[in-house]
Amino acid sequence: MELAFGGARLLADCSGALYWPAERTLIVSDLHLEKASFYASRGVMLPPYDTAATLAELAKVIDYYRPARVIALGDNFHDRDGGARLSGESRTKIFALQQGREWIWITGNHDPETIENIGGDFAETFEKSSLTFRHLPGTTELEVIGHFHPVARVSVRGRTLRRRCFASSERRLVLPAFGSFTGGFNIRDLSFASLMGGDFFAHMLGGERLFSFAAAHCLPD
Amino acid sequence: MPWAGHSARYAYAEIYKLIERQKMTLVFVNTRSQAEMVFRELWNINEKNLPIALHHGSLDASRRRKVEAAMGASRLRAVVATSSLDLGIDWGDVDLVIHVGAPKGISRLQQRIGRANHRMDEPSRGVLVPSNRFEVLECTAAVEALSDRIQDTPPLRVGALDVLAQHIFGMACAGGFDADELYREVRAAAPYRKLDRKDFDDAIDFVATGGYALRVYERFARIRKGADNIWRLTHPRFARQYRMNVGTIVESPMLRVRLIRGSNKAQERKSTVARPGRVLGQLEEYFAENLAPGDTFIFGGEILQFEGISENDVLVSRAKSADPKIPAYNGGKFPLSTFLADGVRKLLADPGHWNALPAPVRDWLELQELRSALPGPNNLLVETFWRSGRSYLVCYPFEGRLAHQTLGMLLTRRLERAKLRPLGFVATEYSLALWCMGDIDGAIEGGALSLDRLFEEDILGDDLEAWLAETALMKRSFRNCALISGLVERRFPGLEKTGRQVTISTDLIYDVLRKHEPDHLLLRAARADAATGLLDIRRLGEMLGRIKGHILHKPLERVSPLAVPVMLEIGRETVYGESADAVLSEAAEDLIREATSGVERKDAPKRNGTRLRRRAAPR
Repeated sequence: MELAFGGARLLADCSGALYWPAERTLIVSDLHLEKASFYASRGVMLPPYDTAATLAELAKVIDYYRPARVIALGDNFHDRDGGARLSGESRTKIFALQQGREWIWITGNHDPETIENIGGDFAETFEKSSLTFRHLPGTTELEVIGHFHPVARVSVRGRTLRRRCFASSERRLVLPAFGSFTGGFNIRDLSFASLMGGDFFAHMLGGERLFSFAAAHCLPD
Repeated sequence: MPWAGHSARYAYAEIYKLIERQKMTLVFVNTRSQAEMVFRELWNINEKNLPIALHHGSLDASRRRKVEAAMGASRLRAVVATSSLDLGIDWGDVDLVIHVGAPKGISRLQQRIGRANHRMDEPSRGVLVPSNRFEVLECTAAVEALSDRIQDTPPLRVGALDVLAQHIFGMACAGGFDADELYREVRAAAPYRKLDRKDFDDAIDFVATGGYALRVYERFARIRKGADNIWRLTHPRFARQYRMNVGTIVESPMLRVRLIRGSNKAQERKSTVARPGRVLGQLEEYFAENLAPGDTFIFGGEILQFEGISENDVLVSRAKSADPKIPAYNGGKFPLSTFLADGVRKLLADPGHWNALPAPVRDWLELQELRSALPGPNNLLVETFWRSGRSYLVCYPFEGRLAHQTLGMLLTRRLERAKLRPLGFVATEYSLALWCMGDIDGAIEGGALSLDRLFEEDILGDDLEAWLAETALMKRSFRNCALISGLVERRFPGLEKTGRQVTISTDLIYDVLRKHEPDHLLLRAARADAATGLLDIRRLGEMLGRIKGHILHKPLERVSPLAVPVMLEIGRETVYGESADAVLSEAAEDLIREATSGVERKDAPKRNGTRLRRRAAPR
């Protein structure tokens, strides 16, 4: 689905990734790699398949769009030590994905520091034409951000569906979490409305396409 | 006598008269929604203002305590109750028990009637009030069984693997264990007498590291075997983790029902959210999740309007309307016992016993015999007929709603493969109806469809597996196993993890495990749980075995008398539906203008999606 945002034409993909054709740039947010192993280190033994699954999904989107640049929009790792816990295969996989393209790790609140031996460049923000890419919301005019893991709920004929979504207003575009074990934050929460500033829309991820709803039409949790 | 439904409306006046004549009456019902309805209707005709109270598990504890105290002090004339008053303490001097609806089980009915006149040397008195025709049969069968002093205690369950995992973790916390010894000890408990060593070792492995084929969590292991062969905790903090999560009862996530001042305008609604009001009780999250603001429902004897959900509160206001839009929430639905089902089938097949039945019910059965056939004790009656351009199939397994729902799902899949284009089904306690676009009779006559084949036991093989992969029921079952086994932690007061969030994360875990480790201990536990619980597969399997080669097919000109009750349920029930995407798509189309204003869109240009260009109106 095409989204017009601050004069840029962006493609929102049902995987939760965002593609900017004019800049050949692919943006994914909140990968939360090594989340399961973080929990395991605290005695909650979640299945150790999340990193591989997330990277496989990312590989699919990269293979489809063949971007010249990838921006990982922060919370790329679930915690500071996530990079160190990465398995050999996963690390190799990341290097392979970086091959032949620019790769920018935006730092997030979960992973605020530079991570060793993971390739790519690290930055707090990235700016291109009129758009600013960052993890947490800032004060710039047109921001593409992550952090919130937005989900939307709608009720149709007695059935309620809750899905990850892109959220967009005139000023802000919030990406859904791309990571495979990530929960969600309902866009009808009051703090979310003030973040978006005014009317905004949810673009829910379906299996084959996206479905757009005015946020006012979506249900709170 | 009503054909269908559970309201027993015809009997309220008589019930009221009975209450008038006694000092204290207990009115038992099966579900909370029935309790709400009966309570409301009794007050509508309560001209003498008799003190009649309501008692069910969703009401706020303080309200329940008040009712109990009033009963004990003989200040009440009647209490309408669900199983919340089934067991335990003697609630004052009860003269009479009235049971509205199906008894479901003989022992259960006896337990309830035993609430009346709780003295050793005098019999208890009970009045059964069936709310529809099939329930008359069930009540009659139950009374016969009671006079024959038969009990139908449910069969012993096989020990669950998630419970075993919790026990193993607990033993490690209690100072450690030797695996061989513990295995012997566990097998000494009846439910685990057939536990095999591999499952037991898998459970140890699960407790230690999650039991994944990728052995990446060894360094995080919670328990380890020492040089002395004793398994112990690797860190004392895990004992705390165990203590915080111990227990095998998983309550379905509940939300508080909080009364606020209502408003019809959406803007004003926002401001009311901030003002907390009185808590009326609790209700299941899944019920609240399906409400839209403005929907009305009965709770605690009054009609409430849903305003929204805020954190763990369902915000409601007093509704002005007299008709609740959503009848009520379920809760406490369990199937009639196998034994009682046998009784009903025998009663049906034996007209010599019908003189115990009321005349309208007798006429109904006689007409059924004339128009179609009566289901026998060991066969399965299958009726097929056309109605309003749909081809219907109705069958009467008498195995309870859960088993019928499962059967409905599975038959639908088979009929889909036979290209009969099934559209939906409904299940009751006694029968199942499903309907197709395609011609079922024609397919049977032409040899394209065989009923023997359709109801063959192997439907519980691949078809079941394929369906389980999709059903939300399985995820619910998995969530319980994940909590009991200690894979994920329960929520604690003060911690920001609501039940909703737990559901999401266990759903994700479920999908991941199915994909990567379909034979994981927890998936096995969840399947076993679903098989006996939510899906009643065990019972369905027994039924399919019993009726093999004994299908009685009646192609009919029109709907039979026995089929009327289930046909009346159509439209009241959730039926087999389209995929979530199709539903979303429909909603999206409805709202397309709203959704596109200010945002330019065109449909998925990627993959093989069709292009569709729509321009938004300029702002």
